Amino acid sequence: MALRFLPLVCAGEIFELKAELNSDKKEKKKEAVKKVIASMTVGKDVSALFPDVVNCMQTDNLELKKLVYLYLMNYAKSQPDMAIMAVNTFVKDCEDPNPLIRALAVRTMGCIRVDKITEYLCEPLRKCLKDEDPYVRKTAAVCVAKLHDINAQLVEDQGFLDTLKDLISDSNPMVVANAVAALSEIAESHPNSNLLDLNPQTINKLLTALNECTEWGQIFILDCLANYTPRDDRESQSICERVTPRLSHANSAVVLSAVKVLMKFMEMLPKDLDYYGTLLKKLAPPLVTLLSAEPELQYVALRNINLIVQRRPEILKHEMKVFFVKYNDPIYVKLEKLDIMIRLASQANIAQVLAELKEYATEVDVDFVRKAVRAIGRCAIKVEQSAERCVSTLLDLIQTKVNYVVQEAIVVIKDIFRKYPNKYESVIATLCENLDSLDEPEARAAMIWIVGEYAERIDNADELLESFLEGFHDESTQVQLQLLTAIVKLFLKKPTETQELVQQVLSLATQDSDNPDLRDRGYIYWRLLSTDPVAAKEVVLAEKPLISEETDLIEPTLLEELICHIGTLASVYHKPPSAFVEGSRGVQHKRLPGSAGSGESVESPDTGSAAGVSDAPPAVILSQGDLLGDLLNLDLTPPATTGPPPPATSGMQLGAMDLLGGGLDSLPPIPLRADTPQSPQIPHQSPSPPDYSPTELGGDLGGSAAMGAGFGAPPAATAASFSAPVSGGLDDLFDLGGGVGMPMGGYSPPKTVWLPVMKGKGLEISGTFARRAGVIQMEMTLTNKAMSVMTDFAIQFNRNSFGLAPAGPLQVLTPLSPNQSIEVTLPLSTVGPVMKMDPLNNLQVAVKNNIDVFYFSCQYPINMLFVEDGKMERQVFLTTWKEIPNDSEAQFQIKDCHLSSDAASNKLQSSNIFTIAKRTVDGQDLLYQSTKLSNGIWVLAELRVQTGNPNFTVCLKCRAPEVSQYVFQSYEAMLKN
Amino acid sequence: MIHSLFLINASGDIFLEKHWKSVVSRSVCDYFFEAQERATEPENVPPVIPTPHHYLINVLRHRIYFVAVIQSEVPPLFVIEFLHRVVDTFQDYFGVCTEAAIKDNVVVVYELLEEMLDNGFPLATESNILKELIKPPTILRTMVNTITGSTNVGEQLPTGQLSVVPWRRTGVKYTNNEAYFDVVEEIDVIIDKSGSTITAEIQGVIDACVKLTGMPDLTLSFMNPRLLDDVSFHPCVRFKRWEAERILSFIPPDGNFRLLSYHVSSQNLVAIPVYVKHNITFREGSSQGRFDLTLGPKQTMGKAVESVLVSSQLPRGVLNANLNPSQGTYTFDPVTKLLSWDVGKINPQKLPSLKGTMNLQAGASKPDENPTINIQFKIQQMAISGLKVNRLDMYGEKYKPFKGIKYMTKAGKFQVRT
Repeated sequence: MALRFLPLVCAGEIFELKAELNSDKKEKKKEAVKKVIASMTVGKDVSALFPDVVNCMQTDNLELKKLVYLYLMNYAKSQPDMAIMAVNTFVKDCEDPNPLIRALAVRTMGCIRVDKITEYLCEPLRKCLKDEDPYVRKTAAVCVAKLHDINAQLVEDQGFLDTLKDLISDSNPMVVANAVAALSEIAESHPNSNLLDLNPQTINKLLTALNECTEWGQIFILDCLANYTPRDDRESQSICERVTPRLSHANSAVVLSAVKVLMKFMEMLPKDLDYYGTLLKKLAPPLVTLLSAEPELQYVALRNINLIVQRRPEILKHEMKVFFVKYNDPIYVKLEKLDIMIRLASQANIAQVLAELKEYATEVDVDFVRKAVRAIGRCAIKVEQSAERCVSTLLDLIQTKVNYVVQEAIVVIKDIFRKYPNKYESVIATLCENLDSLDEPEARAAMIWIVGEYAERIDNADELLESFLEGFHDESTQVQLQLLTAIVKLFLKKPTETQELVQQVLSLATQDSDNPDLRDRGYIYWRLLSTDPVAAKEVVLAEKPLISEETDLIEPTLLEELICHIGTLASVYHKPPSAFVEGSRGVQHKRLPGSAGSGESVESPDTGSAAGVSDAPPAVILSQGDLLGDLLNLDLTPPATTGPPPPATSGMQLGAMDLLGGGLDSLPPIPLRADTPQSPQIPHQSPSPPDYSPTELGGDLGGSAAMGAGFGAPPAATAASFSAPVSGGLDDLFDLGGGVGMPMGGYSPPKTVWLPVMKGKGLEISGTFARRAGVIQMEMTLTNKAMSVMTDFAIQFNRNSFGLAPAGPLQVLTPLSPNQSIEVTLPLSTVGPVMKMDPLNNLQVAVKNNIDVFYFSCQYPINMLFVEDGKMERQVFLTTWKEIPNDSEAQFQIKDCHLSSDAASNKLQSSNIFTIAKRTVDGQDLLYQSTKLSNGIWVLAELRVQTGNPNFTVCLKCRAPEVSQYVFQSYEAMLKN
Repeated sequence: MIHSLFLINASGDIFLEKHWKSVVSRSVCDYFFEAQERATEPENVPPVIPTPHHYLINVLRHRIYFVAVIQSEVPPLFVIEFLHRVVDTFQDYFGVCTEAAIKDNVVVVYELLEEMLDNGFPLATESNILKELIKPPTILRTMVNTITGSTNVGEQLPTGQLSVVPWRRTGVKYTNNEAYFDVVEEIDVIIDKSGSTITAEIQGVIDACVKLTGMPDLTLSFMNPRLLDDVSFHPCVRFKRWEAERILSFIPPDGNFRLLSYHVSSQNLVAIPVYVKHNITFREGSSQGRFDLTLGPKQTMGKAVESVLVSSQLPRGVLNANLNPSQGTYTFDPVTKLLSWDVGKINPQKLPSLKGTMNLQAGASKPDENPTINIQFKIQQMAISGLKVNRLDMYGEKYKPFKGIKYMTKAGKFQVRT
């Protein structure tokens, strides 16, 4: 607590205040309380005065009362026993004839987070929720949210939620708004409860209240409206009509929330409707107005406009000029404006845009200048007609010889070459002149790529590349990989003169390098070249697919979800809410409603990563997808999307074929972001060696077909040539990585008997748990050892620690005849009621059949609950690791485990324990791993593996330390099996 | 909703914290300080900063960072708007919003913050209502309070809080009934090297100071309402009437308030009131550069251009400048390289100019960047968009108020590239 760092009030002062507080004179008392509050606000500890201050509470002086309340709220937590003294006064005040006092009392009581006080709050709160004065009712509505935050169970048990729901129909608009706000906040911690049950009647009430309540109330109501899905286009239109006036509100948050509602409901309107066009026109002015507000408002507005422009470019297509950068805009506004300028660039306005961009490239701020130069390249790729002008602009900029401008220009020119091959190669000579000034890896790599790609047109290509080779080991991985590929290309083009060079680079890459990526690529080339030079030529010099501008667009399903979240943090970060709101259990994924008039349908209901996995093919494909992505990305680029790299899961949804597409998409190296280029080797683990044998694929033909197609298709950049060799060769190639083949899918323990025959009156149940493709499954064998036929099976779970519940009925369709057994798989969800069990992973089950109901309990391995998106970002990992106090750390030993650290990492990864970083210290491999439980709890781990020592050490850190033990058990089970 | 608020001064001290829910340790501000360190200028601190468990949303006003802490998904604009409201309220109450003023009135500040949010939900943010609840501190009132023993907290439920016109208190009485409206326009312009306009837009506001007895109902009509197609209204304005008749009809709040803000976009032809002739050049191989700047009025409808201030960030390589202004004074800060020239009023007969030389470091090469010229000015009695009020009428009360309307045009971000 902050108070620790601050000076205590000296004893004399406390004594003096004490005397004043107990004075008979009201004035003196009040002044004393003021002094106390003043000391409190600057962080001095005046808690010693608690009883004296509380004594001043019983007064008819409102100001004094409020001051005492302020004090109480601050210190009640640290003095719970004392705080009880205040309860009587509170309860009395709740009956006061003055509504202001009643409201104040219930409001303050809700702010005192002490259990004993909370108990006394229920009765007064119930009265206040039904108070005759709306001011009291609206205060009480908020108080329910406070109480829920302190003790959710109590609120449910007391039925306050229902009362709150009734308040939505209150006659007073402010009460309605506060009830909506309170319900929305409560709903956030109960994503699946149907708290805000929206139907046409409630919608109508909300819309009426919308016109009459305060600006803040309007925000709450609009945000709530956005969750509603209208029945048809007519209802949609009528809501839009009633929301549109909010676009003229002075409060920008109201405006943006209204934009959200309109953007969402617009989806349902037929495009040929006149009203649709009117609405589009009405949306532009308020968005433009937001840009003339203060910079921080502008920033949020710009992030949202970025989404809107991607979804409906027509809204702002004539407003390019408002995004022109002013030189004294803060940098964060400048960068956002630039991004939107490119999104709006079209043939009609490209001249203007280019002139602006050229202007920006001469500014002072380095980051901004870089981004401006990149923007020119993006224009060239987006608007074909402008490419020539862009190239000449870039050449002008190269002539300035400003170092970072030149480097950026070279990087983007490389992209332009990839989009328009054989058109602008005449500029290569100019580029080569600047070879010596390049000192950034990205620019060097780009230049090397150009030299390799056009080796036949550059007379001294071999000399140029050789000059880079001298300092090979000092180069970054990006440059090394590129250099390797470029020299191989050169060799294939001019075999006679460059044999020596290629041998030199291959030996540098394979023998003198510690980097597995580089080594592997070197070996592949080496083998390719030595076994079949013709094939090598076909692979390495294959025709490349053109890159397109779509690479920097947000993936459509994500975009749809984000449009539903306009105005929220999710829209500022361009990430789905599930990605960063910690602890929220399964945030609901929102999606746009389908259009009624046009044929534009929105497929695949789930958009988020976790949900996406559930209907994905088995996890086998996942690791392949990852691998493919990894390999392809080995090339120059950090992924070029603005959001997180296209998650493998999104590809999943669209079926296996798309997986391949996804992989290739991420291939073209268009690093358009101004982020510091992350050096590629960090996020990759050394490629995990999946076993490609068909049996292991579990017969999933879709997946293997896609892979096959991938091999057949002409691979694009050098990295893609990785996938070219026939799969026979692949096996041993991948074995170079040093791993062993591993069983796919998460670890699942063998079946054990849960219900013995004796207890089950002839029914025996044995079973286990598994997590397959993101779904937790309970796999059971039911055996009938009785003499009669068994029918009518059903299953139920008791409340348990992680809310496990059957996601469907128990599927035993045919009657179970004597001596017959049947395998049943029951999918489980984690949204059931939660109760802490001991042991934590205990599950009590009731199975019913025509004979009786049987109860048994079993324990599930906690790794069932590890979700697929449990990979933490490195930075977050680091900070979280530091933040979790050391006493929440648990250390365990795993004995007799004969795995290498890589194999262990792979094994754990298949059960969704992700290795985030690996360090080697004194021959000991330290693996840093993260995993996330289905209820959002993160577990961080450090796994220490010493080569040759079969004893591993696991060190677990978690905010809920009680799970550590179970996580460890899973670790042990997984590593030993 | 909004969890906590920290106020941080320019030297990085947290001098006030307020929590509306459970207490958030002030160590959360470390993330803010990190971001602040990364930013080159105080203004460049990103407005939304993520931390592992919270989000920090900040605004910088009067050299104080107002940092709000939120824990769950809350619309960032909501938080920013609220912070603006806090700043406005402080300014309203204490005249200035400085660290000293806040510290002097720390108890009032606490009372205000407590009234403005409840559990993170906005409660009373209208200054009219707040003033009924908590009286602003004045020397006179402090004296009166000490003598009579009365307090500066309202005893009654604020009347406006639940009426249909929550922004206006009842029982307002004045001896002089008056209503003043200021039409203030700021013009944002970017002009390129050759003198042609790249963008020009106008941000206009109508600020009102209304001191009228009772419950007056006002209507305000314009000569040319068509100019106003992009407007944001104070909640008191009846939107339906505006949609139908283009007339502003409203029951005003008591005192000062912003009736309307509007935006005239670059698609309308915007008149540019001043022009600049400039010649700022450096020659290759020479350590001197020429600086030549002349200002002149244009399209001002005969009104004088006043309080003109020209500033420009000269290239980093410039060591000093030796200039000669035809009027006014200029300064050049050799550290920040900021040239500023206080011109005063532009006399159309004798145009102000600033001429001379700039010295570069010996042997330095020609600077890459081109300085941008920033111009500030004021023009009284004119709204550059041409907006004009037609008439102002009052209904619902019997007396005859005194009415006044003023126009003014100011430069917003008026930039000339060279």
